[in-house]
Amino acid sequence: MSTPASGEFPAGDARSGAHPGEAQPGGAQPMAGSPPVAGPGPSHAELAAMSREELVTLGGEMDGVRVVYAEPPVPPGSRLERRAVRQVAASFLGVTLSVVAFVVLFVAWPWQLDYSGQGEGFDYAALYTPLLGLTLGSALTFLGVGVVLWAKKLMTYEVVVQDRHEGASPQIERQTTAATMLSGLNDTGIGRHTLVRRTLLLASAALGLLAVVPLVGGLIKKPGDQLFRTPWEPGMRLLGLDGVPVRPLDMRPGSLQTVFPPVEAGNRSADAVTMLIRLLPDQAQRYRPREGQEGYRWNDFVAFSKICTHAGCPVSLYEQETGLILCPCHQSQFDVTDGAKSIFGPATRSLPQLPLDVDNDGYFVATSDFTEPIGPAFWERSS
Amino acid sequence: MSTSAPARPATPIGRAASGADERLTIAGPLRRTLNKVFPDHWSFLLGEIALYTFVILLLTGTYLTFFFDASMEEVVYDGSYDPLRGVEMSKAYATSLDISFDVRGGLLMRQIHHWAALLFVAAIVVHLMRTFFTGAFRKPREANWMIGVALLVLGILEGVFGYSLPDDLLSGTGLRIINAIIMSIPVIGTWTAFAIFGGEFPGEVIIARFYILHVLLIPGILLALISAHLLLIVKNKHTQFPGPGRTEDNVVGKRFFPVFAVKSGGFFMVVFGLTAALGGLVQINPIWLYGPYNPGLVSAGSQPDWYVGFLDGSTRLFPPWDLYIFGYNIPPLFWPTIVMPGILFTLLALYPIIEAKLTKDTAHHNLLQRPRDVPVRTAIGAMALAFYTVLWISGGNDLIADKFNISLNAMTWVGRIGLIVLPPIAYWVAYRLCLGLQQHDRQVLEHGVETGIIRRLPHGEFIEVHQPLGPVDAHGHGSLQYGGAPVPKRMNHIGGLGRAVKGFFTPIEDAAARHDPALDEERQVELTGSGRPKDTEA
Repeated sequence: MSTPASGEFPAGDARSGAHPGEAQPGGAQPMAGSPPVAGPGPSHAELAAMSREELVTLGGEMDGVRVVYAEPPVPPGSRLERRAVRQVAASFLGVTLSVVAFVVLFVAWPWQLDYSGQGEGFDYAALYTPLLGLTLGSALTFLGVGVVLWAKKLMTYEVVVQDRHEGASPQIERQTTAATMLSGLNDTGIGRHTLVRRTLLLASAALGLLAVVPLVGGLIKKPGDQLFRTPWEPGMRLLGLDGVPVRPLDMRPGSLQTVFPPVEAGNRSADAVTMLIRLLPDQAQRYRPREGQEGYRWNDFVAFSKICTHAGCPVSLYEQETGLILCPCHQSQFDVTDGAKSIFGPATRSLPQLPLDVDNDGYFVATSDFTEPIGPAFWERSS
Repeated sequence: MSTSAPARPATPIGRAASGADERLTIAGPLRRTLNKVFPDHWSFLLGEIALYTFVILLLTGTYLTFFFDASMEEVVYDGSYDPLRGVEMSKAYATSLDISFDVRGGLLMRQIHHWAALLFVAAIVVHLMRTFFTGAFRKPREANWMIGVALLVLGILEGVFGYSLPDDLLSGTGLRIINAIIMSIPVIGTWTAFAIFGGEFPGEVIIARFYILHVLLIPGILLALISAHLLLIVKNKHTQFPGPGRTEDNVVGKRFFPVFAVKSGGFFMVVFGLTAALGGLVQINPIWLYGPYNPGLVSAGSQPDWYVGFLDGSTRLFPPWDLYIFGYNIPPLFWPTIVMPGILFTLLALYPIIEAKLTKDTAHHNLLQRPRDVPVRTAIGAMALAFYTVLWISGGNDLIADKFNISLNAMTWVGRIGLIVLPPIAYWVAYRLCLGLQQHDRQVLEHGVETGIIRRLPHGEFIEVHQPLGPVDAHGHGSLQYGGAPVPKRMNHIGGLGRAVKGFFTPIEDAAARHDPALDEERQVELTGSGRPKDTEA
């Protein structure tokens, strides 16, 4: 037969050097750290007389390691070897060249992009980071490739077998250890003195509290009614993104504007941000308010919280023709003409509506805060 | 100790080594370490990639801390990126922009850091799949599997905290969703969210808190767990694939020193080099395009980093089910973001115990299994992968809907139905594939390798000549047993085509010199003396 079958386990060719009897579970296995070589071992004089190879073999024996096959990957002194040496050396040279290129580029290449729009021609600074990445990457890759080539092509190809010693410890170890532990435990009297044991358990629980209380105590904040109200108050004008109050004539039918209450940092508020929508005439006609919220619209204007009732993203993709609002995070869809009811996706609740009116100067005002909690749901909200 | 003391070492290095050993008694353990044998297989390098990217993360991350200020204090940007100059933003975002535009090489480091993070989690996942499908998690390695799962979960969390730090519009949207997820937990959700965020979202502390988790607490735990992971590998030694001379009681491979150590060092450099090239050449997370975070703004197509995509997908697919208990609410967000990953990762961590219980397998296993040889496990893995893949693709279903002009609602329904229908199909297909591959292995062992040579028998029948892999009986059937190792399936797997001529510039006449006439002769004999003819005569 010309080919060895890979599926076959040659019984005892590579294993023939293994120490028989050692693998018996619970048998007299060598203890970790002690040489499996029986007897006192070679004397100093014998050791001194041994060659390096003999010492390596002896050390391997002590560690249960046998070299079963070793061959230089290329014949020493051959053309293949000279070529391998050249390849490794070229890679290492590539490291130095790449590092030099990296340093020169790092220091000398223009690196600050000109965003003023006045520059002419190609801005070479745009290449700064790519060039650095290229040279740094090639330096490290050259090093890695050179080292791997070195190991593969110039170092001895070896097949080495090491014995495993695993599984349960020898009975002598197990029983003496168990006895030592139990005897020590017995000495403490923890089994007999129930009172000591129970009070110690209690103390441990108390100590656990000690770890938790300061952290929780420091972090805890009472939510109070914060989730149930927003900065909107009756009579507050609706400010646009530019901070100017909005009037009905500012908006064309079918348009949407994000509005904020006139309070400190109102335009960065996470709960007051509101969409003011002017419905198309036909949408205004078929508009169906939610029960009890019939008076929240003002003519064909409606205002809804911009914070999604699902996970709190700003819902901001408004499709004018259909009157649908899409949340870009998880694709919940709300129908504006149906009181911003959730009609698709994971959101369950309608977007809360802000009651609208126009004040004597012709500006939009809120007639009250939202009448329900805005944004994502939580345990304490009851509807 | 002994009567005749050994001579003092002659060289300075020898004297230093001798001195160190006198103080530490380290010669024995050191030799055992140098002699330690590592099995050789490409799939054992996957875990190494995870380890190396973690080192890259530590190096680049430390660099970034020198320039980053994790503060939510509002400042007016005055850096060199013109389009944002004069815009109010948090210090965190401003310093992230500074790293990108006003620190020499800062953008390179930031991008290497981000790429390394993506690769870190990816390498863990692929390494986990290798471990799963080959049964490397079995006794005595169950604990190390669980540490690995903990590393995966922590790696994902670490990534989420990391990409939340720049406080740009994208990461702020992520924080908003994290806040909503925490709030959705029954009973304690609201209070927990307020404790973590220091009040109502967004508050003023979350970036600083995530920062200290990201740079100290979680990396510390990761480092400890990685050390434990490696120590357990050293203690248990590596698993190995079955093959000639490989048994449950040995390790066949290369010694740690020099070949394995040198190769691993080289591989680290290759991984580092490719990550650095990615960081320089391929843009990742261009935060300057998103602008500072504002709770009222969002950009379409907001997507988390890849490893959170499956949670985004589950959130998108979950139906709008609101639950009210005694007037209290459990929001629909709770199930796909807390309960589902909780169940998934718990099952994953407990898998070795579950499998051992069901198969009543209490033996030690150091030899790996080929996935085909354990059809049920392989099919379970395929099922889990199908489930995960549907979730992951659904995390970007809006982009797919957009690019391929498909209805978004249809994509959602495809995901909802696919999540239930595809995993059983994947199970069935993988199971049948395994059985088919097993049968083919046996077939080749019994009848030999197809040679591609067609013969016409005297009575006119055409047969294909098969090359047996071992000794054959009177009927021409091979007697080799399957041993869990790959079976050669083609003639060139068993040297039938001779060795390939290597080298781009090597003269082709070398090939003639390599041709072994003895091999030809042998083959001739085998081809005539074996195969179907006897089979059909019998």
